[in-house]
Parts: sequence; C-alpha cells; structure tokens
Amino acid sequence: MSLTANRVSYTYRRRTTRDSICAVRNVDVRVPRGSLTGLIGPNGCGKTTLLKLLAGVVRPDAGSVALDGVALDSQSRRQVARRIAVVPQETHPVFDYTVLEMTLMGRHPHLGPFELEGPADLAIAHEALAATGTAHLSDRSYMTLSGGEKQRVVIASALTQSPEVLLLDEPTASLDLGHQLDVASLLQRLNLERSVTMVMATHDLNLAASLCDTLVLMREGRVLASGHTPEVLTSAMVRQLYDVEADVRPHELAGHLTVVPVGRRP
Amino acid sequence: MTRPHGPAEAGHYVSADATSLPRRKARPSVRARVAATLLGFGALAVATCVLAPLVGTTPISFAAAFSRSIPFDQNVDAQIFFVARLPRVLAGALVGSALASAGVVFQALLRNPLATPFTLGVSAGASLGAMLVIMLGGAIALGPFSTVPAASLAGAGLAAAMVYWLATRQERAMSTSVLLLAGVTLNAFFSALIMFVQYLADFAQVYRAARWIMGDLDVGGYDSLTASLPLIVSSFALFALLPSSLNLLSLGADAAAARGVDVGRAQRIAFLSASLATSAAVSLAGPIGFVGIVVPHLVRLLVGVDHRIVLPASALFGAAFLVACDLAARTLLAPIEIPVGVVTAMIGGPFFLWLLVRKG
Repeated sequence: MSLTANRVSYTYRRRTTRDSICAVRNVDVRVPRGSLTGLIGPNGCGKTTLLKLLAGVVRPDAGSVALDGVALDSQSRRQVARRIAVVPQETHPVFDYTVLEMTLMGRHPHLGPFELEGPADLAIAHEALAATGTAHLSDRSYMTLSGGEKQRVVIASALTQSPEVLLLDEPTASLDLGHQLDVASLLQRLNLERSVTMVMATHDLNLAASLCDTLVLMREGRVLASGHTPEVLTSAMVRQLYDVEADVRPHELAGHLTVVPVGRRP
Repeated sequence: MTRPHGPAEAGHYVSADATSLPRRKARPSVRARVAATLLGFGALAVATCVLAPLVGTTPISFAAAFSRSIPFDQNVDAQIFFVARLPRVLAGALVGSALASAGVVFQALLRNPLATPFTLGVSAGASLGAMLVIMLGGAIALGPFSTVPAASLAGAGLAAAMVYWLATRQERAMSTSVLLLAGVTLNAFFSALIMFVQYLADFAQVYRAARWIMGDLDVGGYDSLTASLPLIVSSFALFALLPSSLNLLSLGADAAAARGVDVGRAQRIAFLSASLATSAAVSLAGPIGFVGIVVPHLVRLLVGVDHRIVLPASALFGAAFLVACDLAARTLLAPIEIPVGVVTAMIGGPFFLWLLVRKG
C-alpha cells in the first residue's frame, strides 16, 4: 500500500483580485505503508494544501493523488474517508457537542445514509478515546476542553474512522511541552501497534527528527528534498529551507537528531 | 460496557479541573434517543393538533365532533371542528414544522446558531412579491395558488435563486460567508423596495400589506393547504437526507469532507430544501417570525445538539409550538384576534434575548 502524489499542482484563485496564488507546484510524494512521514517547510510553503490534496479534500488542478494506485478522484468521498483520516490544525464546532458525539462523527463514512451508529460503532469510539487517554472526558462538552484535550479528542475522532492513513496538520502546535510529548508518543504508538501510516506537517524540527522516518522538505510550493530523516535533516538543508543557520547534531539522551537555530543567515 | 474513568493510561495528563467542571450525564444510544424523540415530540404535535380545534369562542365537544351517529351536515360540532378550525390548525402545524426545520438547516449550513429561515432574504422576497400584487391589484395564478400566495412564492424563489447564484459564482464550492453576506444584503435591498412600494401605495393597500406581513394562519379552507403540501412534503423528503451531514458541516467544510461528506452536494440539498420549505410556509401564512430560531434552540436545550435528533424534534415541536401560539392568538383577547406573528414574537423576542445574554 502506498499513498502517492504524482506531479500535483493546486492554485488558490482570489475572488477580489485577478491574481492567483500557486500553493503547490508539480509535487511528487510517495508515502509507503507504515511510514511516518514528516512534512516540513516555512509558513505558506504549501504543507496544508498538500495534506488536503493527499486527503482528497481538494482536487488537484493538475496531476493526481492515488491510494494503492487508484486515483482518489475516481472514488467517492465516503470510500476515501474509510481509508484516509485527517486531523486538522483546529476544529471549531459551532454547536456544543459532547466529546463522545465528536468522536462518533468519525463513523460517518462507515454508516449508510440513514443508518445510526450501533453498539459496534460505540465500542470503536470508546476504544479510540481510551487509546488517546480521553475516555474520562467522553460526556464532557468539547468546547470546554483545554487545547491539549481537544487535540487528543480530534485524533480519537480520526481513529474512529479506522483509517489506514492518518494525515495530521501541526498536531502539536499550541500544546505545552508535556502535551507535545503525549501526542508524539501517542502517534508513535499508533504507528507501531496499529501500523497506521502517517503524514504529519509540522514546524517542530525536533519533533519531526524524533518521530519521522522520512521527511519531505517543501519551499514555495515545491519539494526541495525528500528521503530518510538523517540524510535530509542537515544544517545545509535547514539553511536552504528557512534561511536560518542551525546546529544539527545527534542528541545522546534523546537518541535522535536535534536542531538548534543559531541565527538568521546573513 | 465498562469504560475506564479517571487517569486511564500512564504517561497521560488528566487536567486537574476534569472533575470539578460540570459533567453531563451519560446518554442512552442515538437509536434510543431518536426513537424517544419521534414518540415524545410526535405525541405532543398530534395532541396539540387534536385539542386545539376544540378550543375557541364557541365551545365544542370532542365526543360530538367525532360522533358517527349524527350525519355531518347536522353535526354543528363536527362542522366547527373540521371546517372552521382544523384547516387553520393544520396550516399552523405545516408552517411551524417547515419554519423550525428550515431554521435548523440554515443554522448548520451557515455555521451560525443565530441564522433564521429569513436570514437569506427569502421572506423579504416573498413580502415584496405579495406587496406588488396587492398594490397593482393584478390577478395572477400559479397553478393551484391564488394571487398573493403565488406572488410571494415567486418572490421567495427569486430571492433564493439570486443568493444561490451569488454564493456559487467563481467558487469551487458554496462559500458560506458569501452566502450569509449576500443574503443579508439582499434582505436589506428587498426591504427598501418594500418601503418604496408602500410609499407609493394608498392606505387600503398599505393596510392589507401590513396585515399580510404580520402573518395569518386563517387559510380559509383546505385548498391552499393542498396547494402548499407538495412543496412542503418534497422539502421534508430532502431534509431526511441531511441530518448526519449537518453535524459534520457544522464543524466546517474541510472537516466534513475529510469524514466522507460530499460537501457540495450536502450544501446544495440543504440550501434547496430549507429555501423551499421557507418559501412554501411564507406563501401560505406570511412571514411568521421567531419560530425558526426559538424552536431549534429550545429543542437543543431539551435534547442536545445532534442534528439527527434536533431536526425531527424541531419539525414536530415547531408544529406544536405554532399551533399553540395561534391558539393563544385567537383566544386570549377573544373576540379580538391577535396576529399570530405578534404572539410568536412576544414569546420569541424575550426568549431570544435571554438566550443571547445567557450565552454571552
């Protein structure tokens, strides 16, 4: 199994002005089964758009995204959502759903048009809540949760889709250090124990270094480099990506590469 | 099923306030709640519709009205029940149900709990249509619809089509922010046109139009009911496709798409069905306000926010609510009738303000 993007491009058209913003140009990505791929690059480099393209939520202007060789465009939204789930950066429901209700919405692609979830679906939702350490919150209002709790509930909701592929958009942004570690170890566990393939967009290079086996480096809508983490995460690459001088070296205790920014490139 | 409570796994934080914040009681399954909703609110709607025709300036007896031993043409109680009062009660039920459901659908579609069936200008379009034929005095007919309902239906349809066109132009999908802005602007535009037409009209015409805008469920027989019924039934058939998509649409278009909702299709069905129900309701009884916002919020306070429960509950409770308001309208100051739009606004207005203050 693999999720592949073949020369995909996507352009945002503006309504007010005639100009358009090319978010992703001619991008090739291959995410093999079981991998945990990191998507890194500066703000506005097209990470979020590429995630939406990989999820089939937006259609590419050119090129195609395929899961196991079958183009996402040729499948219904429901068919795709049974295999690919998304954890967006933020989820703002306008109504006051409970945590369990939010989680159960993940069952939507598995239910028929008039089908209501049954005991089996409920069991899957409770299991996902337990796996993300949020079982004790199930009857609470989602809106009253803290940022870290919300993020774990949204991950639980995505797990309830029983996906093979999980796409995450900055899953640890706006979380404190403890919650960042929690989410990171949760993702690692899901990747290892359930062999969920993951693609994670992040600004946290140390998180990417500790979690991801593969990195895709993006700048201005293009892929600058991609490959195994130790091979592509170098100070030269960080300089090219962010225009920042950084010290990249393995950490003895953590056992992975660490990136310490030293200064703006002169 | 046993569920772990408290600190479930080692290595996971449990925030200190987890136990001190108010917790909701665990709920029965969705299947049980949908069944209970249909039974409970259904019984309420049916009971209101059966009891309301019994009450009025002339008291009638239930037993006599349903007695089979007296022929219908000699049974005064049955004639009052079935001929004089029941059409009005049924009109209240249909209109209340349509407006309350349309309110639920628009609130989810626009991701705005303060949206009403009239937010997007459908009622202003209908009022302009009605206003124009009242002033021009022309006699038009649209199939089974008589002049004013036909004109208001046309006005409502025109308004909805314009808003839809504006919101889908140059966009890959319907933009809810453009939809909302276009609708609100069109509403103001039509209101200005209504005022202009009113300025040109004479006293009698203005009076007639003002009465129409207050809303009136006295439809005077079954004919206008049967004319509106196909529109309302088809909008309800479309509503039935929506509830779980509405839950997801209320999280945002991308979140809904990622969970398998065909967002474009769901938005089109939602807009079409809610506009159709609103147009039919307004052409039947005038723009009766507040039903479309009070009922959905009341229902959410009672049964939670899951649309698979809120939508059927609002449809049934909306029927009971408007029939009860109309009962109050025709009995409170009898023999004077209060316009039903005044009664719903007098109940709905303070409730709405209370809701706003409570939320803030």
